[in-house]
Amino acid sequence: MDIDFSTSIPIYLQIISEFKRQIAIGQLKPGDRLPSQRDLAAELKVNANTVQRAYREMELLGLVETLRGQGTFVCRGEGVVEETRRELLDSLVAEFVAAMRSLGLGGQEALELVRKGFAETAAGKGVES
Amino acid sequence: MTTAEHALVVRDLRKRYSQVEALKGISMTLPRGEIWGLLGPNGSGKSTFLKCVAGLVKPDGGEIQILGETPSRRTKAQIAFVPEVESLYRWMTVGQVLDFTAAFFDDWQPETALELLEFMHLDGKSRVSSLSKGMRTRLRLILALARRAPLVLLDEPFSGIDPSSRDRIVEGIIREFKGEEQTVLISTHAVGDTEQLFDSVVFLAEGRVALQGSAEELRRSRGRSINDLFKEVFP
Repeated sequence: MDIDFSTSIPIYLQIISEFKRQIAIGQLKPGDRLPSQRDLAAELKVNANTVQRAYREMELLGLVETLRGQGTFVCRGEGVVEETRRELLDSLVAEFVAAMRSLGLGGQEALELVRKGFAETAAGKGVES
Repeated sequence: MTTAEHALVVRDLRKRYSQVEALKGISMTLPRGEIWGLLGPNGSGKSTFLKCVAGLVKPDGGEIQILGETPSRRTKAQIAFVPEVESLYRWMTVGQVLDFTAAFFDDWQPETALELLEFMHLDGKSRVSSLSKGMRTRLRLILALARRAPLVLLDEPFSGIDPSSRDRIVEGIIREFKGEEQTVLISTHAVGDTEQLFDSVVFLAEGRVALQGSAEELRRSRGRSINDLFKEVFP
């Protein structure tokens, strides 16, 4: 896992966001095991208690479940992927809309730019990740 | 192993050296199983505070409780203190330093020491006199981390060393931190890239606590990194 931390935002929230992103794009699938808290702490070079807090919050959110002695897994429950994806899309849209507004653009203009952007990427001129 | 809830409780700690009032009433409570940062510029009282807790300096007033007990020979054995001033014998080899230290402590773990030696990229056959400051700091850190001490005090482990040594030390602390059984208090005057280590931070200014709190909570409530807060408190 690679996170470019901003230390002005609680680190455990950034860890949660990264897991949500991985679940939303299918990089982590329902039933997949998360790294152990200790390993992740060493890898990210953050305090183990921070990782523990992130895992605990994700359990409360119903994203993951911890099975005693076996580890932490992405929930197999219905709709976990769909919901996480939805949530990610909503927040990206909200961010985009706010940015467009701050530049004085209305919905129609912004939509036009989005269409153009998609068309350009499809034509191979843009960058697709 | 003790069952005390707190690793360290300090109330209204005071210390005066002839001309200088180094500590003007410091209080803090460290729960077990956390890593704390004691942050402040040079001369803010960090070293004096750590020495009082380690039992090397006698405070003039206030109260210290280590794992629920007043300081004694017994509590001293439960503290691993790495002072800022170096105390290594320069003629020894790294391996000899480890053996020498092992003889003093019942909680020494030889296997952990060897793992750390490798992790810190140190060679047991090197002489202390041939090591750089960063290497010597890494070695001194091994001496503290290879013990199962319930309370670890590190005085300025990041000062005056190269970035790669600093990163190794941060990672070494994270790897070896023994969770519930251990509490670590680290002083530093340069927060820089080390803030992700800390559960909580205490800012010391001229012998007083200027700010204290959970690192994540401070980030959330102030919308700023600990490093930025530090620059604000100590411009």
